[in-house]
Amino acid sequence: MTSLIHPSDSATEKLTRTYRDHQRPLWQRALLNRDVAVWAALVAVFLYASATVPFFDRPITITYLLLDVAPILLIALPMTLVIITGEIDLSVASTVALASVSFGVLYDKGTPILLAAVAALLVGLVCGALNGFLVTALGLPSLAVTIGTLALYRGIAVGLLGTTAITDFPDTWTDWARGRIGDSDIPSIMIPFAVLAVLFIVLLHFTAFGRGVYAIGLNEGAARFSGIRVERTKLLLFVLTGVVSALAGIYYTLRYGSARGDNANGMEMQVIAAVLLGGVSIFGGRGALPGVIAGVLLIGAIGSALRLADQTADVINIVTGLLLVVAVVGSSVLGWVSSKRRRRGAPEPRSSTTPPGTPTPGTTKADTDVPVGEREREDR
Amino acid sequence: MTTSTTRRRGLARFVPAVAAALGLSLVLAACGGSDDEGGSGDGGNGDLSVTFLPKNLGNPYFDASSTGGEAAVEEFGGTFKEVGPSEATPDSQVSYINTLTQQGTGAIAISANDPKAIGDALQEARDAGTKVVTFDSDTDPEFRDLFVSQADAKGIAGKQVELIAKAIGDKGKIAILSASANATNQNEWIRLMEEELKANHPNIELVETVYGDDDDQTSFDKTAALLQKHSDLKGIVSPTTVGIAAAARYLSDSQYKGKVALTGLGTPDQMREYVKNGTVGSFALWSPEDLGYLTAFASKALIEGDIEGKEGDTFKAGKLGDYTVGADGVVVLGEPLEFNKDNIDDFNF
Repeated sequence: MTSLIHPSDSATEKLTRTYRDHQRPLWQRALLNRDVAVWAALVAVFLYASATVPFFDRPITITYLLLDVAPILLIALPMTLVIITGEIDLSVASTVALASVSFGVLYDKGTPILLAAVAALLVGLVCGALNGFLVTALGLPSLAVTIGTLALYRGIAVGLLGTTAITDFPDTWTDWARGRIGDSDIPSIMIPFAVLAVLFIVLLHFTAFGRGVYAIGLNEGAARFSGIRVERTKLLLFVLTGVVSALAGIYYTLRYGSARGDNANGMEMQVIAAVLLGGVSIFGGRGALPGVIAGVLLIGAIGSALRLADQTADVINIVTGLLLVVAVVGSSVLGWVSSKRRRRGAPEPRSSTTPPGTPTPGTTKADTDVPVGEREREDR
Repeated sequence: MTTSTTRRRGLARFVPAVAAALGLSLVLAACGGSDDEGGSGDGGNGDLSVTFLPKNLGNPYFDASSTGGEAAVEEFGGTFKEVGPSEATPDSQVSYINTLTQQGTGAIAISANDPKAIGDALQEARDAGTKVVTFDSDTDPEFRDLFVSQADAKGIAGKQVELIAKAIGDKGKIAILSASANATNQNEWIRLMEEELKANHPNIELVETVYGDDDDQTSFDKTAALLQKHSDLKGIVSPTTVGIAAAARYLSDSQYKGKVALTGLGTPDQMREYVKNGTVGSFALWSPEDLGYLTAFASKALIEGDIEGKEGDTFKAGKLGDYTVGADGVVVLGEPLEFNKDNIDDFNF
């Protein structure tokens, strides 16, 4: 028995020693990944809807689409990093509301609008810092912490304004929030978004800090022992999420010209859905920002197309939900299938090393034994 | 061998996304397909197409107003459509307004979730030639052509105070179970009810106003909490159809049935059971069907250019007769109706 396993072990070792992600040629790694797949799905939806849904092919569709998803796009950037570390922040929409209300109340009380905006960003920073503190310093699970702060921040926001809404913001600011870049169809908000997107992409994909974010998500213990300051990284990410959510809150307030406690109700789920659809693993360690941006746009485009096709909100929710389930389930099923295929493929190099004339009872024993050893290997 | 397996693996990774894209296309095809016949009809011509955009779908009150609207649109030979968000949040209507702007619908008949948040979107729709009529709940006047009001706020508030005063013998503690804390209509009515109570009913004390968010379960729970908190409560006024139905459901199964009076604004269909079993004596409402009917005719008059929404403009509204536009572009439907066990079976909405 042992003598039969040994040769196979040495053979698979040769196979698994290569770093899997770099086995494939560069063009494959560049083109055949989740990011490209989500972008492909986005393009497919656009082309399909342009051809079949009346009025979808107008440029105004893109304007409205980008205006609608702008807050989600903004928040999805830091949220991606948070989820890659294996944490989650459910309080983002409540932070949007609290920042919106703080901004409105301060402006209403006579604070210069710029100062009110800065103060709202500070509110977001404090919200994020509280989440980060509870998660990192007290070691509480982020799911529980942010469910709590989701209710807390929303409660403060509604409490601050009560039954009223603050609506009289200066036209120059609200016009900018609703405006477009020059004569193009692209809303002005896409400028700050593009800047932030570049910053976050550089941060996540081209710095040691970003490498650390992935490392924490893949194996927090290993990351800690390799010198990554896990707590500081997570705290910083929660703070970033809070600040960007507050920025989205200010934008939201200006775009709708209304600071209310129930602004952005339920937006946290839209953000998280888009991030997951964009290929980020909820267990952490996997995902990339370009895919997430495509994920947000994909959900927006589907909603826009279905609305133009006179479908109700329920149908839109069902389609978006199904898509998310298909994306998440599909990728894990495919992962299972390909690991199964690798297991089946593994004995092949062994059969070339073992002599062809192996007795029949021995082979059947080997066939049942090898996959077990192989499975242990795959689990790592 | 190694290269062939890895290539297969690489492709396999690509498969789910492609599958997702294909699956989605199929869904879109299915949805789009069913729409094509209807969509091509009402989208482009824009002439007498009237789209109702209620606060949210699945609300019996707006189902009734849309029924009335549809009847009117059929009567004058236009095309009727109803779209709307699933939740009544301030911004949720904006994307629907934008969609209708793209489709170039003739008129949007909307009940506003927020007087300001949808203003900019409505303005864009009007710039594109679409007429905007608000009904039930208004926006700021500059964002719409006309507002069809169910009744003037004073009349509605006064009617509810009259009903609760009658039910509790003009004396004792009452509470209000409202919709959401930001609801434009309800807040206005509550303010006027408070004034009316202070001025003409000094022995009635309003102890608390709670908000059920126009959600059945929340309203139900808030009713339970009210009764626990104020053991000597004599009556509850709920100026929202969701609230009064939930409160009635709670009361009818509790020890307070018949002891704590309940009144407010409700639909006969929802309240029939509770009026008949004695939980509720009487309640009030205008006919939402008539409101939708009048709104549709007002939209038609605007699309055809018969009226511009100026004070003094007059138009015909089918079976309801002639209406005149008042100050600020407001058209008033009429006085609210009172429903009790004697007349409730005459109404079906």
